[in-house]
Amino acid sequence: MKPTGTGLRLVVLAALLLGIISPIAAGLIQTGRAAFGLMPVVGAHGSGLEVWRSLCALPGFWTSVRLTLWIGFAATFLSLTLATCFCATAHARMTGRSAARWLAPLLAAPHTAVAIGLAFVLAPSGWIARLLAPLVGWVRPPDLALINDPWGIALILGLMIKEIPFLLLVMLAALSQIPVQQHMAAARGLGYRRSVVWVKIIAPQVWPLIRLPVLVVLAYSLSTVEMGIILGPSNPPVFSVFVMRLFMAPDLAMILPASAGALMLAFLMGVASATLFVAERLVRYTGLWWIRAGGRSSAVKPLLRIASLCVIALFVIGTLAMVSLVFWSLAWRWPWPSMLPETWSFQPWRNAAGVLGPALGNTLFIAGASVFVSLALAILWLEGEDRKGRGCAGWGEVLIYLPLLLPQIAFLYGLNMLFLRLGISGGIGAVIWAQVLFVFPYVMIVLSDPWRALDPRLIRAAASLGAGPVRQLLTVKIPLLLSPILIAAAIGTAVSVAQYLPTLFMGSGRISTLTTEAVTLSSGADRRITGVYASLQAILSFAAYAVAFMVPAFVFRNRAALKGAGQ
Amino acid sequence: MSLDLKNVSVRWANSSTLFGPLCICVERGEIATVMGPSGVGKSTLLDAIAGHLSSTFQLEGHIRLNGIDLRSLSPEVRRIGLMFQDGGLFPHLSVGDNLAFGLTRTVVGRARRHAAVEVALKQAGLDGFYLRDPASLSGGQRARAALMRTLLAEPAALLLDEPFSKLDLALRGEMRSFAFEHIRRHNIPALLVTHDPEDAKEAGDQKLVLA
Amino acid sequence: MRISLMSALAAIVLSNPILFNPVLADSWQDTLEAAKGQTVYWNAWGGDPQTNAFIAWVGQQTFERYGVALRQVKLTDTAEAVTRVLSEKAAGQDDEGSVDLIWINGPNFLAMKEQGLLFGPFAAGLPNAQYLDLSPASPNSVDFTVPVAGMESPWRLAKFVFNYDSARIDTPPLSMTALLEWATINPGRFTHPDPSNFMGATFLKQALIDLTQDTAVLQEPVTEDSFVAATRPLWKWYDALRPTLWRGGETFPENQSVQQQLLNDGEIDIAMSFDPASTAVAIAQGLLPETARVFVPEGGTIGNVSFVAIPYNAASREGAQVVANFLLVPDTQAHMQNIEVLGAFSVLAAAKLKADARATFATLQTAPGLPSLADLGPTLLEPHASWMTRLTQEWARRYTR
Repeated sequence: MKPTGTGLRLVVLAALLLGIISPIAAGLIQTGRAAFGLMPVVGAHGSGLEVWRSLCALPGFWTSVRLTLWIGFAATFLSLTLATCFCATAHARMTGRSAARWLAPLLAAPHTAVAIGLAFVLAPSGWIARLLAPLVGWVRPPDLALINDPWGIALILGLMIKEIPFLLLVMLAALSQIPVQQHMAAARGLGYRRSVVWVKIIAPQVWPLIRLPVLVVLAYSLSTVEMGIILGPSNPPVFSVFVMRLFMAPDLAMILPASAGALMLAFLMGVASATLFVAERLVRYTGLWWIRAGGRSSAVKPLLRIASLCVIALFVIGTLAMVSLVFWSLAWRWPWPSMLPETWSFQPWRNAAGVLGPALGNTLFIAGASVFVSLALAILWLEGEDRKGRGCAGWGEVLIYLPLLLPQIAFLYGLNMLFLRLGISGGIGAVIWAQVLFVFPYVMIVLSDPWRALDPRLIRAAASLGAGPVRQLLTVKIPLLLSPILIAAAIGTAVSVAQYLPTLFMGSGRISTLTTEAVTLSSGADRRITGVYASLQAILSFAAYAVAFMVPAFVFRNRAALKGAGQ
Repeated sequence: MSLDLKNVSVRWANSSTLFGPLCICVERGEIATVMGPSGVGKSTLLDAIAGHLSSTFQLEGHIRLNGIDLRSLSPEVRRIGLMFQDGGLFPHLSVGDNLAFGLTRTVVGRARRHAAVEVALKQAGLDGFYLRDPASLSGGQRARAALMRTLLAEPAALLLDEPFSKLDLALRGEMRSFAFEHIRRHNIPALLVTHDPEDAKEAGDQKLVLA
Repeated sequence: MRISLMSALAAIVLSNPILFNPVLADSWQDTLEAAKGQTVYWNAWGGDPQTNAFIAWVGQQTFERYGVALRQVKLTDTAEAVTRVLSEKAAGQDDEGSVDLIWINGPNFLAMKEQGLLFGPFAAGLPNAQYLDLSPASPNSVDFTVPVAGMESPWRLAKFVFNYDSARIDTPPLSMTALLEWATINPGRFTHPDPSNFMGATFLKQALIDLTQDTAVLQEPVTEDSFVAATRPLWKWYDALRPTLWRGGETFPENQSVQQQLLNDGEIDIAMSFDPASTAVAIAQGLLPETARVFVPEGGTIGNVSFVAIPYNAASREGAQVVANFLLVPDTQAHMQNIEVLGAFSVLAAAKLKADARATFATLQTAPGLPSLADLGPTLLEPHASWMTRLTQEWARRYTR
């Protein structure tokens, strides 16, 4: 009996509901109960809004909220603008495939590693300062707030370094679905300059395709904990770190306002999304007015140039940050004002080698398992779509991206309570389940467009030659989509390697991965050992990407159409 | 005032010739047709004139519009309108906004511009279609809207790349007459690339065959 | 001959508490039996590779000697383990808990004790507790003025010390007022961790004890009046200090390790630590320059003990007790105090040690950055735990934007 399209989609939907929605809902409910004062284990029996009042009365609360909103919007807006401008200037020279290749290193770099490296590069006693010291005459490091500054500029920069490559990747995929050349030719024939065509014609068509990824970027900018601790201000910190500190306070009664804060973070995310939609409407309205006025040229071009230079500068800084981690992992002493380590040594790697066996093994196993499960679910979902004959349902997409749009703190703590009650906490299965929640959406983001763009006539030809649906899937679709599948797997691996809170909560701390070790060690502020772990994290992700590029190149070495073309 | 091609030839980068050298001078109000087998480079010729020639090709010879050498100018300044096979309306703008996008800057003021677009829509038989979604138009309606958009920009010359080939036979004649009438009314030189010998017959002017 | 043999035997029996106390002997024997084959999950802060290596060594030893396997669960903050036990209690999991042993003290201990999350009392029952000074007033019996009551067992000594780079400072300031003078002349070269962190709060406490008139009131639970009166000189001093701090007192390092990194980078000249030997260890590890040294204010500094506690629902509580006991073996403590291993000062009372054990301690090597116990000055009593909470709240209220 062949499963029909509807049947397949129902199966995947059931898996999603059980596996994704209900845990998140359960987690949120638990957090909600604590937020309204219902936590019998610490002796709180429901005090309604008292908890919220005490939360708002905590010193630094309002500043923290304002700060978080500022950082979230600034980082997202700047990343989006710079990525668009860069696309406009460089699009002609980039195909989707080649772009993925040189974006890969920055995409694969884990957030924590980038933050730690950036903290060193930008610090007043860091690399850039050491470069400038002989020129400016600094004997001691200057007392400038370059990282952990009160406006969060360093945090915004760190977020941009990770977000711009992601947005570029998504934009390039979207652009491959628009007849850019044709529109460009038609509009230029009407007298419009290239840059204006990008703003008036291309960008509005790209926006609906990248709306959801932009929301994901906004969600991360608002709710990041690791980057907030390392790069963000500390007095008061960004709201997610503020809530984390409440969860970690020795006074257990603080868990109540902490839960309220976690819900508040989810609420802030909702407010931010609503603002985004309102802004979209506004831009559309003013944009139409501008288009009807018919202006052909504007001062956009020099701005595009500047924006592209900014993007390149950010990429250079990001690469420097990663390189500095490798240098630290090979250094013994590296004091101010040396540009390179004073004494090189393999000691950090030797020290770590004895201990990192279990962590490395866990990371590899969990990444492999969660990527495999996510890919299987994604392929089943997309195949179900194909068989049904209908395009993707909007609600289905939102459901898939839900875990990325909610702050992790809001539901992970409550989720752990649920797992404890079911008796499944602390095992590697629970960790893999929690990680699939976050890996699956990214795999879907990367795989859906190439899958849907596959020429349907090829499938029809296969069917006419007598191949059933399963054979079509295995012998035609998957081999043709080998490259996108492997890239989706690479991104899934990078996401899985970088996960911190899910591993920590679901594994009861017993499952150690490279990231949990790196974050714990970073609280000890020995850059050398952190450099070792961060380098390993990055190496794993890079290896996945290398596989994603080399395997199709090898398998399709005699198939020019599959090897060289963009996707 | 004419579109003047002198000894125009296009070569591949490795120096084998695609076509040429060509010589043709299209006067105002004249509609010259370019015909030839598939793959001979008709569309590439239009690319070269409009300024979108891919870097894999090399252009030789002179292209002059109203006496000005076009080779040093960028595409948006050449004032050469384009019309494609499937119309090329922008899907995110309404029909009226598409035309407003094309309307030349010399018409100033919201009300004046809106009125100009309405006039053009009426001429194209698309009265009241300002806010319609281009995807909801039939093939013929789309072609007419695209032509009006191109003409509203007041180009100095017009290039048409097989504009009627996607329409069914019955519509083709109608659309052809409509297009030729408006082009002649604007009194600009036009170059039409086509497979259909009927187009050449209707146009009645110079014919160029690429071999 | 016979009599001397008898007296020799008697001496051996009397000096060995296990043989002397049959009740104790039986129960400890039972504990050892039950512990064999268990795996103990010790939740301890994992930010220091030296401590992690020491814990790994302890695990090897307990496995070889007692068949108890030890796994360290690396924490970023002790509260992670506390919350975990709390979640398990909320979920009704009163047995087979995931946390067997926690490195804990101070407010975390108070919270767990009040919520009934601890197993015990067990500390006095450990055979090696004989080497400890367990009198009611000693630091081993009182954790932040909260009576330990045997609910946790000591394992390393903590004493608040400052460290500095002697290449940049000739004479370090030896009191809080001297510190203010020094910071005014050298602005931007001193800071303290954020008071939401243990270390930062302790710095505030240290300053309070140094500056306040009447220190006896600090031993009582805090009241509004006593707080206002006692902290008046503190805030006056701090308001003068704040503009001279690193980054103008707008931002603070997350914890003492980050601050040590700042000292290493040359951004500040003075840092602080709870471990007197940490400076010497850091020099040996290349984390501080060779010229780093330790100093303490003249009036003395706060000292306390780091403990290990066992949650009420621990799955391997016998194994945990075996580990806690092993930590108190004199050879283990000497190994721990060796700066090439960990450098943490021992909790054992020198007077209660046997001669050969005392000799082992004496042969431990010294280093320029390692202060002797005499150098560390008098140990001041910790204030009541409620003072620390109140201090942190008030600091946050006054100085958070």
